[in-house]
Amino acid sequence: MNEPDIRAVFPALEQKVYGKPLVYLDNAATAQKPEKVIALLDEMNSGVNGNIHRAVHFLSVQCTERYEQARRVIKKYINAAHEHEIIFTSGTTASVNLLAYSFGQRYIRKGDRIVVTTQEHHSNIVPWQLLCERTGAVLEVWDIDDSGVLDPKKLEVILDKSGPAPKLLAMAHISNVLGLVNPVRDIIRIAHHYKVPVMIDGAQGIVHRRVDVQDLDADFYVFSGHKLYGPTGTGVLYGKEKYLEEMGPWQGGGDMIASVSLTNGTKYAPLPMKFEAGTANFIGAAALGAAVEFMDSMDELWLKEHEETLVSETVKKLSEIEGLTLYGTAGTYYGLSWEKIPLFSFSVEGAHPNDMALLLDKMGIAVRSGQLCAEPLVERLGQTALLRISFGVYNTLEELDYFAACLRKAVAMLR
Amino acid sequence: MTIKETQDIIIEEFSMFPDWMEKYEYLIELGKGLEPIEERGKQEKNLIKGCQSRVWLDAKYEDGKLVFKADSDAIITKGIVSLLVRVFSGRMPREILEADLTFLDTIGLKEHLSPTRANGLLAMIEQIRMYAVAAAAAK
Repeated sequence: MNEPDIRAVFPALEQKVYGKPLVYLDNAATAQKPEKVIALLDEMNSGVNGNIHRAVHFLSVQCTERYEQARRVIKKYINAAHEHEIIFTSGTTASVNLLAYSFGQRYIRKGDRIVVTTQEHHSNIVPWQLLCERTGAVLEVWDIDDSGVLDPKKLEVILDKSGPAPKLLAMAHISNVLGLVNPVRDIIRIAHHYKVPVMIDGAQGIVHRRVDVQDLDADFYVFSGHKLYGPTGTGVLYGKEKYLEEMGPWQGGGDMIASVSLTNGTKYAPLPMKFEAGTANFIGAAALGAAVEFMDSMDELWLKEHEETLVSETVKKLSEIEGLTLYGTAGTYYGLSWEKIPLFSFSVEGAHPNDMALLLDKMGIAVRSGQLCAEPLVERLGQTALLRISFGVYNTLEELDYFAACLRKAVAMLR
Repeated sequence: MTIKETQDIIIEEFSMFPDWMEKYEYLIELGKGLEPIEERGKQEKNLIKGCQSRVWLDAKYEDGKLVFKADSDAIITKGIVSLLVRVFSGRMPREILEADLTFLDTIGLKEHLSPTRANGLLAMIEQIRMYAVAAAAAK
């Protein structure tokens, strides 16, 4: 599927806001859904609905099959070694919290170190802080440099400190502020050299890069459905079998047990159900499978070119605006390549991001302003707020032109 | 002039701008025209931090009346701040506590007071009420 056809399968793009055609540039927050995903949600919500895994009746079997089919699709898409390494969650945040709890219970003790970077979204900071509060572990920060990128040598300093190595490195594949693709494959290799497992927050990464968890050798890879053109309230925790087997469950309830006894203790279900307590969002998960199939059906070459064109054209347009500072520039840093996705955070002298966002909204353009759920990063960049535009597969160069014209107008009004 | 009368005048002013852009242009103008708060008033204790924008609120209680000065780093927020100062500054604490704040709703700016907006405005209004409660108690 390529550009001429693609917009037609996203009904949300046809709408007008304040009487103006919607220009949706907040895809890093959530993306619109293609018809196939919507149709599957509708079909299941209005009929194909029976609780999964347990019952023998027709609807239950149908839903179980669709739920497990989605797991197979995702397993194949990210090239996991086993289906049971795909755990369905309600999103990236739930995946990180699950891991912080279960991995924490199993492996983290007082004084242990957990490493995150300054680039992280709040949902890859706060669950680890909570774990540190519970256990007395210590959160250590691998800081960015002034261009926003991470020097691998600084990581080695952290990993090489005397005493036990850190228990985990948890970091973003692609920062939701900088839009730079961290060279996670190289970073994971460094961490593994020190026997430190790595969790990759792929909330943005899975949307813009083809992920092969075995090639990356990621120990955990987490992502959300709703940024990947799927439904809200869906997500995935991929984990290597070895860890998932050793870790205990997070939540208790139905579906996650093998047998329950009030006197002889409870035995847990095998993977993946050990981590899927209660009634899963099986309709959402099935629709996430459809979203992944949609992504898989895209012409990879076209998509790559489309993204590269959007990146170079946007950089050009933004550079024409006086007083604009862009955070996160592609390039070679520390001998590694840092690519840029079409996601741009910037500040403009004399125009507050919140004001620009309010004016752009009234011109029909959806953007994001503020701390972008990454307060430490925005602060590290020396700002209190930023404006962010993020493109999806369906955004066009015409929309970019319209945005650039509107941004000029907004800045002129504000200065 | 009562708080209600001031609100009615603001509503009338905004009725001249049916178009959103004009409305924002007017707010920007008001924001730019707001008497700047002195550096003394811009200290940490007066800062109301939001995710989106920041607001400073300085209060003085003189001759039975509360006088507010305020500022924001975002100009549209500052425009709304100037309206709130116009409505609440120079009032007796009792007037503030009894006031029914309706004008932002009427002129279509209610969304700016949403707690999820995190622009500091809602917290500013709460802070104004707190000052009024404290001043009323001090009498």
